[in-house]
Amino acid sequence: MLDLINVSYDTQIPNNVGLSSDKRVLKALEKWHPGYINWWSDLIPDNFQQSLVYLRTAVSVDPKGWAKFDYVKMPEYRWGILLAPQVEDRRIPCGEHAGQPAWQEVPGEYRNLLKRLIVIQGDTEPASVEQQRFLGLTAPSLYDMRNLFQVNVEEGRHLWAMVYLLQKYFGKDGREEADDLLRRSSGSEEAPRMLGAFNEETPDWLSFFMFTYFTDRDGKMQLESLAQSGFDPLSRTCRFMLTEEAHHMFVGETGVGRTIQRTCEVMNAHGITDPYDINKIRDLGVIDLPTIQKKLNLHYTLSLDLFGQEVSTNAANAFNAGIKGRYMESRIDDDHKLTNDTYTVWDLEDGKVVQKQVPALTAINMRLRDDYTRDAAGGVGRWNKIIEKAGIEFEMKLPHESFHRQIGVFAGHNFDPDGNPLSGADYDAKVNDWLPTHADGDFIQSLMKPVYEPGQYASWISPPKVGIDNKPGDFEYVKLHMA
Amino acid sequence: MAKIIDFQTDPSEYRHWRVDYNGDVANLIMDVDENGGLFDGYQLKLNSYDLGVDIELADIVQRMRFEHPEVKVVVMQSGKDKVFCAGANIRMLGGAEHAHKVNFCKFTNETRNTFEAAEKDSGQKYVAAVKGACAGGGYELALACNHIILTDDSNSAVALPEVPLLAVLPGTGGLTRVTDKRKVRRDLADVFCAMEEGVRGKRAQDWNLVDEVVPNSKFDATVAERAKEFAAATPSKAAKGITLNALKRDIAEDAVHYSLVEVALDRAGRKVTITLNGPDGDVPASVDDLVAQGDQSYLLRLARELDDAILHLRNNEKDLGLWVIRTQGDAEAVLAHEALLLANKDHWLANEILQYWKRVLKRVDVTSRSLVALVEHGSCFAGVLAELLWAVDRTYMMEDEFEGDNRPMAQITLSEANFGTYPMGNDLTRLETRFLGAPEQVTDLKSHIGEQIEAERAEDLGLVTYILDDIDWDDEIRIFMEERASFSPDAMTGMEANLRFAGPETMETRIFGRLTAWQNWIFQRPNAVGPDGALQRYGTGVRGDYNMQRV
Repeated sequence: MLDLINVSYDTQIPNNVGLSSDKRVLKALEKWHPGYINWWSDLIPDNFQQSLVYLRTAVSVDPKGWAKFDYVKMPEYRWGILLAPQVEDRRIPCGEHAGQPAWQEVPGEYRNLLKRLIVIQGDTEPASVEQQRFLGLTAPSLYDMRNLFQVNVEEGRHLWAMVYLLQKYFGKDGREEADDLLRRSSGSEEAPRMLGAFNEETPDWLSFFMFTYFTDRDGKMQLESLAQSGFDPLSRTCRFMLTEEAHHMFVGETGVGRTIQRTCEVMNAHGITDPYDINKIRDLGVIDLPTIQKKLNLHYTLSLDLFGQEVSTNAANAFNAGIKGRYMESRIDDDHKLTNDTYTVWDLEDGKVVQKQVPALTAINMRLRDDYTRDAAGGVGRWNKIIEKAGIEFEMKLPHESFHRQIGVFAGHNFDPDGNPLSGADYDAKVNDWLPTHADGDFIQSLMKPVYEPGQYASWISPPKVGIDNKPGDFEYVKLHMA
Repeated sequence: MAKIIDFQTDPSEYRHWRVDYNGDVANLIMDVDENGGLFDGYQLKLNSYDLGVDIELADIVQRMRFEHPEVKVVVMQSGKDKVFCAGANIRMLGGAEHAHKVNFCKFTNETRNTFEAAEKDSGQKYVAAVKGACAGGGYELALACNHIILTDDSNSAVALPEVPLLAVLPGTGGLTRVTDKRKVRRDLADVFCAMEEGVRGKRAQDWNLVDEVVPNSKFDATVAERAKEFAAATPSKAAKGITLNALKRDIAEDAVHYSLVEVALDRAGRKVTITLNGPDGDVPASVDDLVAQGDQSYLLRLARELDDAILHLRNNEKDLGLWVIRTQGDAEAVLAHEALLLANKDHWLANEILQYWKRVLKRVDVTSRSLVALVEHGSCFAGVLAELLWAVDRTYMMEDEFEGDNRPMAQITLSEANFGTYPMGNDLTRLETRFLGAPEQVTDLKSHIGEQIEAERAEDLGLVTYILDDIDWDDEIRIFMEERASFSPDAMTGMEANLRFAGPETMETRIFGRLTAWQNWIFQRPNAVGPDGALQRYGTGVRGDYNMQRV
């Protein structure tokens, strides 16, 4: 176990922020770190804590060799504090301060706004670990188990990254907020996580893959927009987090892809051509494509809700203040101030879905969500290639933005996945075709049997094309501790 | 920058007033120089006044106390025929920007309060001898006196014609003093304040607008007689005062230097740092020694310099919305200087210095700037200077040692003076106001008099807002200041003025709160200040064009 009394922060915590000479953060971390370790230890079942997991650890910010792979017990994982290298003479990219030198210290005027953004971002990081805490018990392979833990420790590191910013730049308030990040927990009645989507348990591995693909992608888009922040330390932190986030997207996309692949293979092996021959397919121990589509519908729409209201003054304020930019802000060809621009958003008029122009400044959320949808569509296309290659007539689709929404203009109204308005009765009659039912959940759950043999995979999922760190197919990604 | 308004003057520079000293009675004669306005564009006709006239009056009142302790009665009268004083100059008001009007009213209000309190605080009674028209600000001058004598020449009247004539309020305490001090029945006050021509003779006395009405033939004699009577009824304090010499002051581009006060201006950060330094000389051995030191004794010099700095910054540095108040020096020595005054408060000069501090601290209270005090290592917030900690909006205190800082540990020391010597306008001490909901806290604090209270203890006792250690200090302070400087100045002024004066209303708080706030609202409204408003149309024979909607 980590020696908490004699933590040598420079050796235990890979960092490029001069931690050993930064009294402020050291003092704060000394107080915060034990709570974090407790949180981690309580979270993951004990035998996994004691297992050796083949993990990558971020040790520097050098793009060529920022991480190294090795077996490590998770509580001994070296959660580093790493910021992307400082860009010389970086400027505030957007809003009323556009063109001025980026802030190296928190501008007092925007302190509270910035703090809130960082806290919300920070709150999602440990939340997903909490949501996924029991998945190790049903891992379809050691490879997948390792990926789960990799995602978990890196979400943990992202929490560190946000905590570092809070402790470094926000004084007393920041330290209190950092403590509260450990006090809240996913699904808690006492102190739940801040965003609704992060209080739902991730019940099975397909949900985990969908979550990492769709919901972590929301996190990625938020990080992308915070990476544009005029507050340079936040920008640098988020830029480096994005390098890790790519792996999380990968886990999600390939996880869903391998599930689809396996279903198609089994269908073909048994001569089943109708993807809707659900019972027959399920009897073969794989998940039918319509059910995967239903899971997609659910996770995609929940993730859209995370972007907030279509028209938002908070988002406008953050953009105008220069503390949160748009996706790829620097590549957008406009004045980066949006004083007179407009943007097209969805709205409801007389029960009809219409598009209309609103001031672009107030549509920052919508724009980021549109970028998200484009980004998310890429993987869906690749999944369809797998299905097509297998010669099965089925196409995965992102549902229309109006479908199954709890936040925004469509909330409280009924639409089908193509965006057609429906009566409540019509919706109820069809909803089981669009969203996973409890019975679907029971079925998926029935497949969740752990497979702990190296190189072996559960019935419902294909092996990966290549191993992590180019390891061979039978590599023992997790050396399980058997109590 | 526009012309600097200087609040320092002396009798050799007066253009609008003169004083005849006759033993224990002084005759204060208002004789405004028409062409002596502070700014161009108006003439000070009919003894009307602008800020320059009031700066002289304030100087006279101050010197009366320190230079002429022998004076027991001050008779305020006019040097012109047929007019006592026509009030604030309307063309000046019509032409002034809003901020100037507000600052003008605040200063004139402070001056009125100052001579009004002279009877109680200094044994100097102000008597208004009113002959001729006494209107608006003119009557407000008289109202602030302790006794008003009006001649009954069937012509001289007292009046508050602002409402009917100018669509503004008698905002220099007029409305408030009529009801709160003179206790004029409110319906009669309503009649009085809505009439242009005012009230003459016996009715003025019946309504208690004046204390006595005297036949014109006997007016001068009665005034003199009354002055003698009042003087005779007041015990003597001293035969001779001290001299208030010109302050040592150097106004530079980004700083104002005094002997004990340093003012640093940060225009980019929109803030001012005011540093009060501890004593630079020995504590006077006795009150005789204090008198011998004259205007150089520590607490008097510091009060004068701080007072001038406040007025200078208020009027000449309006964009600097945050004042940071700090001290550096020997807290024990500050306490020793104060202790000498407290031990001799029956002595006229010791008393005057303490009373002066009361007034200066009140000036801080009503200053419309965000105020923050920093209790740093090496600071001397003790006794009278500790009052500043509770006059400001927030107080930050250094906790524990700071690397590379070998100044004495930051501490605060209370003295008995913190429990009654320097009441606020609401008649409570700053500590009583601070702990309005927990009076026992004030009682408890008394047991800590003389104790050197360090950060953690100060926080426990509720004396400071935040204590911050080496690690947090710089950043927290910087961020607070940046945030403060980014808020709307109007909202800040409003918020601070509301939060500072918890507790009971007094005439003083009603003047600075209720009356001033309404007046400043009216000063923004087109009915008064618009192109067709009353102030612009004044003198054209055409009434203001009013929007008749009641708001």
